[in-house]
Order: sequence, then C-alpha cells, then structure tokens
Amino acid sequence: MNLYVCIKQVPDTETKIKVNGDGSGIDAAGIKWIMSPYDEFAVEEALRVKEKNAGSTVTVITAGPDRTVEALRTALAMGADNAIHVELPETADSAFAAKALAGALKKEAKVDIVYFGKEAIDDGAAQVPQLVATYIGVPSVGTVVGIEYNGTTLKCKREIEGGAFEMVEVSQPVVVSGSKGLNEPRYATLPNIMKAKKKEVKKMSLADVGASPSDQKIKMKGLQLPPPKQAGKKIEGDAAAQAKALVTALHNEAKVI
Amino acid sequence: MAKVLVFVEQRDGKLKKASFELLGASAKAGNETHAVIIGDGVAGLANECASYGASKVHVAQDGALKNYTNEAYARALVAAIKTVSPEIVLASHTPMGRDLLPSVAAQVDGALATDCTSLAFSGASLTLKRPVYSGKAMADVEYMGSGIKMATVRPNSIGVPKPEAGKTADATNLTVDLGGLKTKILEVVKGNSARPDVTEAGVVVSGGRSLKSADNFKIIEELADTLGAAVGASRAAVDAGYRPHRDQVGQTGKVVSPSLYIACGISGAIQHLAGMRTSKCIVAINTDPQAPIFQVADYGVVGDLFQVVPALTAECKKLKE
Ligand SMILES: Cc1cc2nc3c(=O)[nH]c(=O)nc-3n(C[C@H](O)[C@H](O)[C@H](O)COP(=O)(O)OP(=O)(O)OC[C@H]3O[C@@H](n4cnc5c(N)ncnc54)[C@H](O)[C@@H]3O)c2cc1C
Repeated sequence: MNLYVCIKQVPDTETKIKVNGDGSGIDAAGIKWIMSPYDEFAVEEALRVKEKNAGSTVTVITAGPDRTVEALRTALAMGADNAIHVELPETADSAFAAKALAGALKKEAKVDIVYFGKEAIDDGAAQVPQLVATYIGVPSVGTVVGIEYNGTTLKCKREIEGGAFEMVEVSQPVVVSGSKGLNEPRYATLPNIMKAKKKEVKKMSLADVGASPSDQKIKMKGLQLPPPKQAGKKIEGDAAAQAKALVTALHNEAKVI
Repeated sequence: MAKVLVFVEQRDGKLKKASFELLGASAKAGNETHAVIIGDGVAGLANECASYGASKVHVAQDGALKNYTNEAYARALVAAIKTVSPEIVLASHTPMGRDLLPSVAAQVDGALATDCTSLAFSGASLTLKRPVYSGKAMADVEYMGSGIKMATVRPNSIGVPKPEAGKTADATNLTVDLGGLKTKILEVVKGNSARPDVTEAGVVVSGGRSLKSADNFKIIEELADTLGAAVGASRAAVDAGYRPHRDQVGQTGKVVSPSLYIACGISGAIQHLAGMRTSKCIVAINTDPQAPIFQVADYGVVGDLFQVVPALTAECKKLKE
C-alpha cells in the first residue's frame, strides 16, 4: 500500500508565547519545535498498516520553512521510509499549505491512504485534512479514534460530542485525520534517530507542487497575549462557609448560576 | 448589511443551541439571514430557526442525509450556497461544523476562518478574533481575495438570543445530487452520558489528578449534575484512567469557554490553561495557595476539594429550591 502522512512542526506545548514586532506572528527565538502531538497518531497508524501489509511504503510530507525538516526526521526515525519537504513560507494559512501538500500528493504515482492529525496545536485551524482531501478529490473522515481495515475499505470510528461515535465506512483512496485513542505512538530508538539523520529528504518548491501565495485565503494579524487577569477574589473560611460565600458570589455577583 | 447563510446543525431532529447564537447575531446586525438545515425530514424545524432570527429557511432532506457524513453534507451545503449566493457562511465549531466547513470552503473556493471566539458584521464582511497557540494568544483575522467569507464560531462565544415566539418560515427544499457517495454511516454509537458535552456546556466542573480515583469523580459529577454542567478533567486525570479522553480540557484535549468553569484540584499547567482560559468566570479549588490556577481564577478557594466540593453541591441544591 502507498501510505502518506502529512505532518506539521509546532512549538512545544510548554512554550510561553511572545508576539513578534508587528503582531503578525510569534517571536521564534528560543522555541523548541516538535511534531504536532496529533500527528504522532497519524505516523504510528501508517507504520502499523505498513507492518501488516508487506511491500507497503510510508511517505511523510510537510510544508513549511526549513526548520520543519526536523519533524520529518522524527517521523523517519519512527520508521517512515520516505520524506518530502515542500518549501512554504512561515505565514501561509491552511488553504495555501493544503494546496502545497495536495500538489505534492498529486505528483505521486498512487495514493491509498493519507493520514493527518486532527489539528495542529499552533493555529488550531483543523482545516488542512479536509482541504487536501477535496483538492485531491477523495473523501475524508475526521477525528478518528479507531480504524478497521478490510481490503480497500476502512471502518472508521469518528469521535463526536457527548461521548458518541460515528462508525463510518469509506473506500480508498481516502484522507483520515486521527486523534488520541487511535493508537499509542512509538518512541524512536537512538539507532533509528541516527539512521534518520542520513536519510534523504526530497525537497520541492512551490513551483514543483503548483501552489502560490495567491492560494492564501486568510491572514492572522494583531496577535495579542490574553490580557492579564485581575487578581481574583479569595474565598475564606471553613469548607461550609467557603461554599456558601462562593455560591452567593456566583449567583449575585458573577450571575453565572 | 450582508446576505448570510447559517448552517443550522441538527442531530436526531434536535437543533443545536450553538446554531441559534449565529442566527441571532446575524439577525441582530440587520443581515438577510438564511438558515440551511440538512437531515432527513427536518422541514418541521424551520419555525424554530425563524424564532431565532432566520428570515428564510432552506432544507436538504434525504435518507442519505439522516446522519452526518462529510461527503454528503458537503454536497448539500454547497447546493445551499449555490442557491442563496451568500456573502458570508457561518457554522459552529462543533464536531460536525468544524469537519464540514473546510470541505465546503475548498469546493466553493471560499475563505474560511475556524474556531472564532468573537464575530462582528461590518458591511458585507466580518471582523473576527480567534485564539492561536491553543488560546495562549488571540489574533485578528483578515480575509484575502474575493471568495465567500466563511467562519466557524466556538459554541458559547456569542450567547443564545431570546426566541421570538410565533415567528414562522416556510422551508424551501434544496435539490442535492447524492449519487455515487463513497462514505456511508454504519452506525451512530450513542454516548452513555446524559450530561452535556464539555465543549457545549454553559458550566463545566473539572477534576484533576488529586481526585485519586475514577470513583472519587462522583463528587465532581454530583456538583456537575446539580448545575446541569459537563464534567471535564486534566490530562493527568485522563492518563490515570479516571476519565475518558473526551473529557480532557487543554491544549491536547478540548478547548472550552463556558460561562462558568470550576477547576477542582487542578494545578493549572500551561497546557490546561490553554483549554479553559477564555471561560467567562473561573473558580479554582486547590489546597496549594501557590497553584498557578489561581492566577486565572476569578474566585479562589484554598481548601480540600473533598470537603469543599460536596459543600458546594449542597449549597447549589439549596439555591435551586
Ligand atoms: C504535550 C503535552 C500536552 C499536554 N496537554 C494537556 C492537556 O490538554 N490538558 C491538561 O490538563 N494537561 C496537559 N498536559 C499536562 C500538564 O502539563 C499537567 O501535567 C497536567 O495538566 C496536570 O494535571 P493536574 O493539574 O490534574 O495534576 P497536578 O499538576 O499533579 O496537580 C494537582 C493539583 O491538585 C492539588 N490538590 C491535591 N490534593 C488536593 C485536594 N485534596 N484538594 C484540592 N486540591 C488538591 C495540588 O495542589 C495540585 O495543584 C500536557 C503535557 C504535555 C507534555
């Protein structure tokens, strides 16, 4: 099977965000970059399918500035076979990124399944999987926490609200975006990390994939940190007194209960 | 004034409150507000849309649309857009809305901003704010190009308007080609919880690692049920198996903005704050007066949750009487 995983590099979740000079993005100095956590489920799923289907290959693709090659190396160290880096400006939105990824996928001879994480934890847009699916003309199933594979059909367990699930049957080729619960991602071993450093990463330009800045649909500006909160009220007393005072405050003052 | 199309979401013939927020906001701004409902036998829901501000209601009804699939619903919403020719298309950032809108945006070449937490209409355009870096920062959205302006809005961001009784609207049927679909719903497995979903609830009561067991979460559930609230959890509580992942609030869980968030025995790690700091009123209950959660709390209770939470439940019950 020809398995693809699209991943994104994002700031580590511990990162304290600092806004850059013109509010168009963040100050990248000192940021530790990681593969977006949900993408790890996508890589793991592709690797497991490959391991059960002899002759399969897993290709990871990212679109982003040069630093994002590191995320590809992480996926290679986990066990991916090939890696493609599409050079995309830092400020690209979901639509531009999706055009770039779709363009790279369209150059491939045959695509069976494309895996994504359900969203990247930087812009949290949760758009790219469905956009790519539409651009390459295949169906998509999102926020998947379990997949059963039967020949060329997939039975996906899609998480929705209230603890409910949709069981969705779909045929390949297909785009699937994964969430926590899909699997337990593996850790790369040291020898594999070393080996991954030497693997080739195929570079593609925007021209190669037929994308351009005119594909961009929205822009973020005026980034601001949330206003610092005023010191809250301390509720004193023993538990019973605290409970009484709190309920009074929530009812009469905050008017939220 | 703009022509606005709102995707009004239903499951099992019940409309989502979050959709009413959008209808209300659009109507209040004086827009020509169209609603589209997709499902099977949903025309009867038209009047409810009218009471929340829709001036026209369009329905796509078919057995193949009974349950949501991205593929079929995208075709229906695209058909609605072709019929209405709106300048603006809105949906809620729910499991359905957030899955659907990108597919539709790609098909109509629209410009989509997702998970917005504030929205204002300005002529034929929108002024939007959305959290980035999981709520660690806020950004303004600028639309580029001339495509339809589309947005998904986080539930509870606007507030549900008062319905206007007696308002009615005729449902106009849309024609949707549903041939050759490649996705099929086999089954919708219902959740076993009568509680509201953590992303939709007006009140969320969350517990952390300090609850020490799944069983102890009963006291959190009792408080939640007294308040009609959802139950949330920190990742530490989820990883320990006290709660399912769907309850996790934070950067790698659900992002919530209820009117009241009660954090019980949660330290307030940066990843947790990312998921709840836009809540309108935050209460923290924690034994450690230095816990970072107090920095974002509107009301801080330094105390043992095993004593404070049951006392709180009792007080809330009194209030309800
Ligand atoms: C990649 C990554 C992603 C993450 N994503 C998330 C996420 O989405 N959501 C999330 O929540 N975390 C997330 N985390 C984890 C986060 O860093 C914290 O570890 C976690 O939030 C801590 O949970 P906690 O507050 O329940 O536990 P602790 O940090 O252990 O805090 C327990 C708190 O309970 C208090 N306490 C103890 N006993 C009592 C008592 N009897 N009464 C009252 N208070 C008491 C203590 O004073 C303490 O403040 C993530 C971490 C990483 C690395």
